[in-house]
Amino acid sequence: MRREIPMIVAFVAGVIIILEFFVPALRDVAAGIQNWYLVVVAFAILVGAFNLLRMNYMKIRHRRADWPYSIILIIGLFGMGLTGLIGGIDADTTFDWLFNYFMFPMSSTMFALLAFFVASAAYRAFRARTVDATLLLAAAFIVMLGQVPLGSFWVPSWWPFFLSPAWLKDRIMEIGNTAGQRAILIGASLGVVSTSLRILLGIERSYLGEE
Amino acid sequence: MRSAFLGVVSILALVAAATGQTLRAAEGLNASDTPIDAGGSIDVTWQPSPSEAAGKTPVLGYEVWRAERVTGEYKKVGSVDPGKPSYAFTDNAAENGVTYFYKIRVRNEKMSTDTAPLGPAKASAQWFHPERLNMLIASIALSAFVLYYISQARAGREFFIRRIAGLEAVQEAVGRATEMGKPVLFVPGIADVDDIQTIASLTILGRVATMVAEYDADLLVPCSRSLVMSTAQEVVKEAYLEAGRPDAYQRENIRYLTDDQFGFVAGVDGIMIRDKPAANFYLGTFYAESLILAETGHSIGAIQIAGTAMPSQLPFFIAACDYTLIGEELFAASAYLSREPRLLGSLLGQDWGKVIILVFIILGVFTAFLDQFGVEIFGRSINLAQLFDVR
Repeated sequence: MRREIPMIVAFVAGVIIILEFFVPALRDVAAGIQNWYLVVVAFAILVGAFNLLRMNYMKIRHRRADWPYSIILIIGLFGMGLTGLIGGIDADTTFDWLFNYFMFPMSSTMFALLAFFVASAAYRAFRARTVDATLLLAAAFIVMLGQVPLGSFWVPSWWPFFLSPAWLKDRIMEIGNTAGQRAILIGASLGVVSTSLRILLGIERSYLGEE
Repeated sequence: MRSAFLGVVSILALVAAATGQTLRAAEGLNASDTPIDAGGSIDVTWQPSPSEAAGKTPVLGYEVWRAERVTGEYKKVGSVDPGKPSYAFTDNAAENGVTYFYKIRVRNEKMSTDTAPLGPAKASAQWFHPERLNMLIASIALSAFVLYYISQARAGREFFIRRIAGLEAVQEAVGRATEMGKPVLFVPGIADVDDIQTIASLTILGRVATMVAEYDADLLVPCSRSLVMSTAQEVVKEAYLEAGRPDAYQRENIRYLTDDQFGFVAGVDGIMIRDKPAANFYLGTFYAESLILAETGHSIGAIQIAGTAMPSQLPFFIAACDYTLIGEELFAASAYLSREPRLLGSLLGQDWGKVIILVFIILGVFTAFLDQFGVEIFGRSINLAQLFDVR
């Protein structure tokens, strides 16, 4: 029964959610299932928070590598939680201040790393060592040139429009890039249908920890 | 005497209208069941009162009144602000199968005027969305292909599945980590378990965990959703059990970090820098964090296998990882790794779906091209592309 019940739940919930797309009368039932999912997620947050607390407590207790950071994490976890519970989360509260001056800059810092990583990844990807990489380099150069004002600035009036970076960039993005993305999306959508069927029919059970 | 009286009344009415003292009722009242819904609602529409349309009388608003009998007691069910060319109100408090009558009351500062009652109108649930018939046919056809090839696989038919380099490399990556005495890192994306990519990722996690258990390596699974963590713990535990190594299962290696996108990235990057895994798997739904994770993994020299169906993140993974599962390959991975005939059969069904879509794309392009020149058959447009509109 440990296997059968989750499979039955997955089948019933999955079939209702799919049918709801075609049968408007099932909308309320489907909304009910989705609400149940939200209830489960809400309770699971407690499981996650407990896991986080336990992991970091064990790290401090056993003085594992970088354990002082775990103290900061626990202070942050309880600090944000308590200030939110006591003072609320509206504008100009302590929680809001902590969010704006700690959480937000830290998240922005991590996001900003992307700029450096884009440069290093592009350097490796655009090295013209093979025909494919050379084509990639040429396409990227044209797109980048067409994207910035400088790309059009130097083009003289007599220059054929079909050789201007802006025109070429549009063709690469609208035709080549869009076609490629759509092909990936069509393949992925078929994969979604196939995976969903396998799960609904109980053929795919490895998500339950079973071959 | 009577005609004289009527004449006086008419003159008074004209005077009242001219001075803005009369308020004429709304026009064109209509009430009908809300189309394509789950029932419980009726759409009421009307045109503005001529007094409002003429701009002579400032109208404060329109009220929707409802009764179950034409002569019954009317109750207000809603109101609408003035100033629109036409009005619509959806009565969401209607019960299915009950007949209702509606009237609209227009109000200004001094008076109000009702329309004549209109009805009966009944709310009902619809059992089919006619505009989605095309999707239903496509879904049934695709499902039929998948089910047919699953049944063929059950009957013992063998299928050829093309080699997927990224999946061939899974064993190599786990083996390398084992030889180096370093852990394997598996990141199941940042979406929750209601995302099919996360489900696909967890099915692959089961296969990878079995391999890791057999090779006696360590497996680290940082999660950004609590429910994903709970599911991943069960998946890995069962995988270790199946590999005959339940003692090697370490629950604390499958941990929750945070729901915050960049907080999660910082956490995973920290794990990479500290534990230096030799094999990194990024499989599931990823957004802007994809490149930060993959580049950090590259900097520690790990062999990296990524897979996602997010087209905008694929270039980053392709640039920074050793192998990338593109779109459908992510969903095929579990079948590919298990070599289970029924799962492989479903892949072939999927491929036939692709063939049909390809045929329709070609036909759609061809007929859309002919449509540009006004080509018609039996007086109707031959543009097949319009058959695929989804509402």
